[in-house]
Amino acid sequence: MSDTPLLQLRGITKSYGSVQALSDVDFEVRDGEVMALVGDNGAGKTTLIKTVAGIHGYDHGEILFDGKPVSIHGPKDAARLGIEVVYQDLALCDNLDVVQNMYLGRERRDFLFRLNEPAMEQRTAETLKSLAVTTIRSIRQPVASLSGGQRQSVAVAKAVQWNSRLVILDEPTAALGVAQTRQVLDLVKRLADKGLAVVLISHNLHDIFEVATRITVLRLGRDVGIYDTATATQEEIVRAITAGVPTKVSGIPDTAPELAS
Amino acid sequence: MSSEVEIAAPGIGLPEEQQAEEERGLWGRAYDNIRTGNLGILPIVIGLALIIVFFSFKATNFFTADNFNNIIVQMAGLTMLAFGVVFVLLLGEIDLSIGYLSGIAALAVAEFQLPGSGHAYPGLVAILIAVALCSLIGGVQGSVVALVGVPSFVVTLAGLLIWQGVILQVLEIKGVIVIQDAWINDTANYYFTAERGWLIAGIVTALFALGTLGGVIAKRRAGVAVKRPVMIVAKVLGVAVACLGTVAISNHANVPQGLPLAGVLVVIFLIALTYLAKRTPFGRHVYAVGGNAEAARRAGINVARIRILVFMISGAMAGVGGVILAARLNSVDLNVGGGTLLLDAISAAVIGGTSLFGGRGEVRSALIGAAVIATVTNGLDTAGYKTGTIYIVTGVILLLAVTLDTIARRLQVRSGR
Repeated sequence: MSDTPLLQLRGITKSYGSVQALSDVDFEVRDGEVMALVGDNGAGKTTLIKTVAGIHGYDHGEILFDGKPVSIHGPKDAARLGIEVVYQDLALCDNLDVVQNMYLGRERRDFLFRLNEPAMEQRTAETLKSLAVTTIRSIRQPVASLSGGQRQSVAVAKAVQWNSRLVILDEPTAALGVAQTRQVLDLVKRLADKGLAVVLISHNLHDIFEVATRITVLRLGRDVGIYDTATATQEEIVRAITAGVPTKVSGIPDTAPELAS
Repeated sequence: MSSEVEIAAPGIGLPEEQQAEEERGLWGRAYDNIRTGNLGILPIVIGLALIIVFFSFKATNFFTADNFNNIIVQMAGLTMLAFGVVFVLLLGEIDLSIGYLSGIAALAVAEFQLPGSGHAYPGLVAILIAVALCSLIGGVQGSVVALVGVPSFVVTLAGLLIWQGVILQVLEIKGVIVIQDAWINDTANYYFTAERGWLIAGIVTALFALGTLGGVIAKRRAGVAVKRPVMIVAKVLGVAVACLGTVAISNHANVPQGLPLAGVLVVIFLIALTYLAKRTPFGRHVYAVGGNAEAARRAGINVARIRILVFMISGAMAGVGGVILAARLNSVDLNVGGGTLLLDAISAAVIGGTSLFGGRGEVRSALIGAAVIATVTNGLDTAGYKTGTIYIVTGVILLLAVTLDTIARRLQVRSGR
């Protein structure tokens, strides 16, 4: 792990009309780390990741990537920095096979502008192998025939194969059974082992304590604390999610009441 | 780290599974395919064979080389329209305007070759103008669908009425326009000599074999497993038999003798459009938009552009079909583009196995479906049945084909494939 966080958000504020969705939120994630992002419904988790993904802008604050200030104005800016998001609904085409989905919109072509299928198939097999996704029978079968966990694996593999550095996973295990969840959590761990920064949004604290290094808790659009999974307990996190108090008062840094830890 | 993976349900690694697949053999896979409803074009090909056998007994003039040539020319125009329909259906859209759009093409090609009209062009130029015009109209209709968001059913229904109206307005005054240009008429009335027919069949077979070989070599070079080598050889042999067989029968016909140019045109478009659908990023994106438009959009695909281009293809193919249909009659009259042409074209694509809901289908399904419709129509005609019977039988076949396809799909879902 390096000392400078890969991604650092400082004092991000965002409002939809009169609704304050995020106020003065700090957030960071380092290389090789799984940072969990938790909070009750409406706490601002989705708004925060959409800000990072460039789906919408923010009103105040700054974003640092690799320690340098960056501006993210659209999904393409995020992709250029190496930020990939795996959304809850996965965004896969059921009628296309695994290889076709992996390269959707970024197909490889040969000198005649034809699809270079062998190259794409080979690279897909390599990517899946490097992520130890071994349960998919054939990468030439349509995604419709895959299980939920396998689909999630494909979606994650699709996100990481473009030399991405930060992968954001939105509720990756929400709709999965026990064995499938196992598969996906292993995959998340492997991403971090490969040195990627991972942001994991989840409601399942058990899962989080298993794979995450640190946990950022959001409540009512404010960050109420960063916890280390090695030292924190599930009760502490639940308390922070339901009754946490911001560690700093908006506008006045370092006036934090020492409640969070 | 990797030892944990085995916990996951059917945890079998890629290489072993592929080997298992190789070892299971042809019959095992065939059984698997039937059980899971993954039948492909097999049922419809068997159906077509049964239809041919049936009419061979029913009508004396049906199973002849002359009639074989007849059917090819009769189905050529319809097949061209159906090719376009496949692309539109792949998007999950519909184009109801293609019937009268083909009429517009016929009208345009007749008008622009008309000697002494002041705008008489060479036949080939007239054909290009007609096809380009239809493509442009398709593009305009597609733009309304893609950019404004009006459902394609409504836009093209309006198109159906508008273009029918245009045809009526023009032809009510002019009556019948006779096409005299040889280039245009040849699209439906030219027959190759026996030697040239063999040459064409040889070229098509060789191209297919070379293309297949190239694919296999590229896979080998990339270290990707070549699946089912037996099937690949069988496919090449199948294409060879189909090409050479067609020419053999066509050369046996008495009047007119030889391979019809219309059939060759159909094969050229079949190859070109299959290439477009399966081998280019554009084709891939068409399937993607039909399967999940939102996923395609998030993958950075310009969905509106794809939609507009597909409607342009649909329009252009209606134009090509219209030219051939007009050439067959050597004239254009008030009935052009009407009748059952539109519904036959959509039926052809659907009978061939293209889904109405997008994302599933092949270009070749249009050819097979059109062959079924043309054969039934021709057979009933030859056997002396009336138009009413032809409609009823075509309707029943359409219903059967779609029912079979729906059952097959349900089996696929049940078996998790």
